[in-house]
Amino acid sequence: MINDRVIEAANPIVRAHALTKQVDTGDNQLTILQDIHLEVNAGESIAVIGASGSGKSTLLGLLAGLDVPTSGQVYLDGEEIFLLDEDERAALRSRLLGFMFQSFQLLPALTALENVMLPLELSGVNDARQAAQELLERVGLGMRLKHYPRQLSGGEQQRVAIARAFVTQPKLLFADEPTGNLDSATGAQIIQLMFELNRERGTTLVLVTHDEALSNRCSRQIRMAAGRIVN
Amino acid sequence: MNLFRLSLRMLRRDWRAGELRILALALIIAVSSITTVSFFADRVQLALSRESNRLLGADLLVISDRPLPAHYAEKAQQYGLKTATMTRFPSMTSKDESNLLAEIRAVSDGYPLRGDLRLADPPDGTFSEQVTYVAPGIPAPGTVWIDEKIIAGLDIKLGEELEVGAVQMMAAAMIAREPDHSVGFVNMGPRLLMNVKDLAATDLIQPGSRVTYQLLVAGDEERVAGFRNWAQAQLVPGQRIEGIRDSRPEIRAALERAEKFLSLAALASVVVAAAAVALAVRRFIQRHLDGCAIMRCLGASQATILRLYSYHLAILGLAASITGCVMGFAAQEFLSRWLSELVNTTLPWPSGMPAVHGLLSGMVLLLGFSLPPLLNLKRVPALRVLRRDIGKTNLHGLAGYAFGLFALSILFVWEAGEFHLGILVMLGFLTAIVVFAFLGWLLIRLLLMIRQQGTSAWRYGLASIRRRTIATVIQAIALGLGLMAMLVLTLIQNDLLKDWRRSLPPNTPNRFLVNIQPDQLQSLAAFFDQHEMDQPEFFPMVRGRLVKINDQSVRVDEYTDLRKKQLLNREFNLSWSEEMQSDNVIVAGRWWQDEEATPENELSLEDEVAKTIGVKLGDRLTFDIAGSPYTATITSLRKVDWDTFQVNFFVVARPGSLEQYPINYVTSFYLPPSHAGIMHELVRSFPNLLIIDVAIVIEQIQQMILQVSNAIEFVFMFTLLAGLIVMYAAISATQDERIYEAAIFRTLGAKRRQLIRAWAAEFAILGTLVGLFASAGATVLAYVIGDYALHVSYTFNPWIWLVGIVVGIIGVTIAGLLGTRSSLSQPPLLTLRRIG
Ligand SMILES: Nc1ncnc2c1ncn2[C@@H]1O[C@H](COP(=O)(O)OP(=O)(O)O)[C@@H](O)[C@H]1O
Ligand SMILES: [Mg+2]
Repeated sequence: MINDRVIEAANPIVRAHALTKQVDTGDNQLTILQDIHLEVNAGESIAVIGASGSGKSTLLGLLAGLDVPTSGQVYLDGEEIFLLDEDERAALRSRLLGFMFQSFQLLPALTALENVMLPLELSGVNDARQAAQELLERVGLGMRLKHYPRQLSGGEQQRVAIARAFVTQPKLLFADEPTGNLDSATGAQIIQLMFELNRERGTTLVLVTHDEALSNRCSRQIRMAAGRIVN
Repeated sequence: MNLFRLSLRMLRRDWRAGELRILALALIIAVSSITTVSFFADRVQLALSRESNRLLGADLLVISDRPLPAHYAEKAQQYGLKTATMTRFPSMTSKDESNLLAEIRAVSDGYPLRGDLRLADPPDGTFSEQVTYVAPGIPAPGTVWIDEKIIAGLDIKLGEELEVGAVQMMAAAMIAREPDHSVGFVNMGPRLLMNVKDLAATDLIQPGSRVTYQLLVAGDEERVAGFRNWAQAQLVPGQRIEGIRDSRPEIRAALERAEKFLSLAALASVVVAAAAVALAVRRFIQRHLDGCAIMRCLGASQATILRLYSYHLAILGLAASITGCVMGFAAQEFLSRWLSELVNTTLPWPSGMPAVHGLLSGMVLLLGFSLPPLLNLKRVPALRVLRRDIGKTNLHGLAGYAFGLFALSILFVWEAGEFHLGILVMLGFLTAIVVFAFLGWLLIRLLLMIRQQGTSAWRYGLASIRRRTIATVIQAIALGLGLMAMLVLTLIQNDLLKDWRRSLPPNTPNRFLVNIQPDQLQSLAAFFDQHEMDQPEFFPMVRGRLVKINDQSVRVDEYTDLRKKQLLNREFNLSWSEEMQSDNVIVAGRWWQDEEATPENELSLEDEVAKTIGVKLGDRLTFDIAGSPYTATITSLRKVDWDTFQVNFFVVARPGSLEQYPINYVTSFYLPPSHAGIMHELVRSFPNLLIIDVAIVIEQIQQMILQVSNAIEFVFMFTLLAGLIVMYAAISATQDERIYEAAIFRTLGAKRRQLIRAWAAEFAILGTLVGLFASAGATVLAYVIGDYALHVSYTFNPWIWLVGIVVGIIGVTIAGLLGTRSSLSQPPLLTLRRIG
């Protein structure tokens, strides 16, 4: 019993094994990812860096189970996700993962508060409003609860996205170039906020970026080029 | 957490954000037009048939050759219906030395239940239409009301007595017009109306006398129908039931036309509204793709998404349908009031069915068009949050529209209340859409081949059409449907209704003369000359009973079909002619030609009659004409338009075989109201003639055409509204893209003028397509309505094409530019940020 727990705690929360992704481009096969091996331990923060087109987003998508690989396995919290079907993976995501994107991906028809409430509502939590409101206050948007995304600046939108990512108290946060659409000052604030929350809640972070400075704030860096990890 | 509550919330959020307006509006219009039409059609049909029931004096007659058992009247009263009785028989009446065979009608209190009996008491025996009045009930016991023929035949004055059977009775008034004056050919003789209480005293009803007993029934439409169903099952040989549709083919035909026209109008608005719904659903789905991807990413399962949006749409559909129903009810209520002022009757209250109908239609429309894309929506891959280009699958999926169209067809068949019509119209629209889609695609391809030429605006316009070929074609079809609705509403509807009114011109023959003897032809012709009236055509005929079909004896008693029995019990009127009547149409075989030799006698039979008595082309019919057999082969079957009021015969033979039998003649002519007085003279000069007055039937039908025209104009207003909403939906379908495009173009330094020009070029091309589709569709629709519902051949109107194309180009360009105007005046950055 105790042994199990120790083993589990020692297990990496994300493990990729021999991950390969190929796509059909009509006449030939294009290999976007090749033989990726990766382990991320609980509490770690990992930066995935590399030039545009090197396969970072593809890797992130596979790790989060948003896409399926051509071959290889991914284990999230010990579970082999490609043995699950799409819906089971979705359920796993809602239990385990938070997301942030370069283009924010807020629902335009929902207010800031409603956007943050959405993941809780989807997983059937009753008191979504309370938790969402607290988090929005935490990210400094207590006065903008009823505003729609289009009424918010890019930095403010990304803060809503941070609140949405953390509101389910995920073990694992995936972020794909979260500052890519922001000016550097705003980007820095967002990063600051993200790392603070990460630390407070003990979340594991997988951060995709092409910003070297940003990557240095993470505990480990993984460099990609042409679909391979080149460390 | 309860998914249902979540969808309610999301619905509220979407609504607040203005995401649902077009869809809701399209649905509301669709449902309210469907319910208005079906509420209204319900009431109009009730009203129209009640109007025409006046001609019968009742809503329904139970007729028997023996006294009717009391249970018919009792049951009718249990149904809450009014009843009266009439006993009819021929009998001699006399005064002094003169005798006259008259039809005696003994009626009970309440007669007539529908329509009016009009009387006159001309002081000097001359009679003009102007001084008639509505009878205050029925003749008092001891008195009778008599018609002009008895006054002439017995040379009697009002106030004098005449003999009816065993009693003397006083002639108290002259019958000017009976409500059932023109129903059926049997009651043409001199007429005498008396109180049924005097009937026993006359001693006229003896075993073996030819008496017809009638129970008149009237009241609430549904109850009458209920009673009819009950009574139908009680009938024994010798008894039958008649409603107006059974006894007057002209009225039946006109009623059916009116109903078809109304249904077609309703169907047109349903199609157009359906297009709006389809477009709005597409936009709805498009706008929710991202949301779904995010929710999938946040952990929503496919089933969750599907249920979420199913609830979402179902709630929206229900709310919009209920709103539509309420609006439909209000609209028809307004319409009914306005109409009842025109026709001077209160329209019967509609049944609740149209509301159920409307609700279901709304849901069928919405779910039909949204279920397939909804199934796509749930399959939106979560990966779309990382790569926006994926997951845009199948928005134009044929399968999606096919399901919607299938749902629509079911709705159609139901709406039309007639399988044949529903399928016909549906197939028509489908064919049109497929043909349009193909032509549109072809045209765009052609345009693209010449795209290298022209200004840069033109090239940009074409480029963006190429990028959106399918979307453009769909847009063109939707806009085309909208514009078609408008063309039909304005130009064509007018043409058609005019044609319909023209089919029954003011000088339609309103009097038939029957039983003209050959030696009277000359003096009749002189009579018409003398009164400066046109010479009518005289049609020869002989009477004969059908005795053999293919050498098999006809035994009427063995048939169970009532209509067949009635037909075979009567004598047929056989006529002959070299040429076919111009309003007849051959449906099988061919009309005889001059040169052909005739091995045997040939005849042409009316199609319905052929079906009723069960004979076909090539069968040999034998008639007994004045005791000698006459056999002929059926060489053609004809369809006859009975409501043109021309003289027409069930049986027409080839000339040369019937002339040897005792001939008499028939004619029809138009008697203007100003000449009404000459009928009096005609009766005196030719006492043997039967005069059938159909003026009131014609008036009735003309009135009906007028009413229905008004109703149709109103119903087409909904088509127009649906047309506008579909156009709005079509224009806004590409709005988001266009606004985004504008932002990018302007960021790249394009001047507003350049952009406007490029768009104007694009919209002008789209407008041309739209104009072509709309004109073609409207023209075809006009032919279909004309041919199928009104039986008038639509006269081609070239203006439709000109107006259609010009309005198409100008309208679409203006509407399109107006729709995108806001994106031009905004700073591009704002737009770019808003789109994300
Ligand atoms: N479905 C696909 N089809 C074709 N090429 C793809 C597909 N997905 C990714 N790619 C290609 O794979 C490469 C890696 O893409 P991506 O992971 O988005 O790179 P990064 O996020 O590092 O910029 C790019 O060259 C991209 O064009
Ligand atoms: Mg990327």
